[in-house]
Amino acid sequence: MRVGVVTFPGTLDDRDAARAVEYAGAEAVSLWHGSDDLKHVDAVVLPGGFSYGDYLRCGAISAKAPIMKSIIIAAEHGFPVLGICNGFQVLAEAHLLPGALTRNADMHFLCTDQTLKIENNKTMWTNGFEIGQEIVIPMKNAEGNFNCDDATLHELESEGRVIARYVGVNPNGSRDAIAGITNKRGNVVGLMPHPEHAIDLLTGPSKDGLTFFTSVLHSMIAGVK
Amino acid sequence: MGKIVVEVMLKPEILDPQGQAVGNALPRLGFTFAQAVRQGKRFEIEVAGEPTPSMLADVEKAAEEFLANTVIETFVVKVEK
Repeated sequence: MRVGVVTFPGTLDDRDAARAVEYAGAEAVSLWHGSDDLKHVDAVVLPGGFSYGDYLRCGAISAKAPIMKSIIIAAEHGFPVLGICNGFQVLAEAHLLPGALTRNADMHFLCTDQTLKIENNKTMWTNGFEIGQEIVIPMKNAEGNFNCDDATLHELESEGRVIARYVGVNPNGSRDAIAGITNKRGNVVGLMPHPEHAIDLLTGPSKDGLTFFTSVLHSMIAGVK
Repeated sequence: MGKIVVEVMLKPEILDPQGQAVGNALPRLGFTFAQAVRQGKRFEIEVAGEPTPSMLADVEKAAEEFLANTVIETFVVKVEK
């Protein structure tokens, strides 16, 4: 199994994402934003960081990169894509996921180990979790406040497309304390906190994050959609 | 040379913590006129010659697809002398 990790100008977490892919047992393949070549990978991770310095809007310029044209076409055909933090912002700007990530309600850059509750274990990236399972993974962002209109929120909630929610005090003002969502098909997932930083107790608060990466391998082996 | 301006604002229902922070700072500086402040973006686009209707249509498209995120923002396109 080959999982691509995209590097945009200003991406920070591509090395950790590649490491998480390899911990899960797959081959990590480095993909470049300026090329439309997906190098025959089986899935893609859009990692965190500050691509294009967050200029214009977080993820807005990256969403128009050549690699994204290929990812958008592939994702529409069921190809698995995980966007973490800035990667989630890119997916929202690319309209692969609904809504937008806006400035945290209290204006603070948040950097903490965050508890999340998993609410959907049917996606390609979350099938290794139990429904209601609480996980602790790092969160670090200034624009993680998930916003969408009422109709979109109703659609997400009624279709069970919220994959993870913040536990305890809503840290950033996200509607319905949403930390992550999926598309209708369950192949595209966006998450503000960082599972790739929680795969080894030496460097993270838990190993909970690894399950996102093992889930996608399981999906591909089992042919689960 | 002509100038086309695109102004982008967050929709009224979207929380604008930056605007609020500015609004909260004004009275601390002795400026008491503001009841609320919202912060937006302004793009000044230089073009060759007078803007044509087709050029303005292109700017409108760029604003819709790129300069603004219409999930959370609104925009206006204007020609400036």
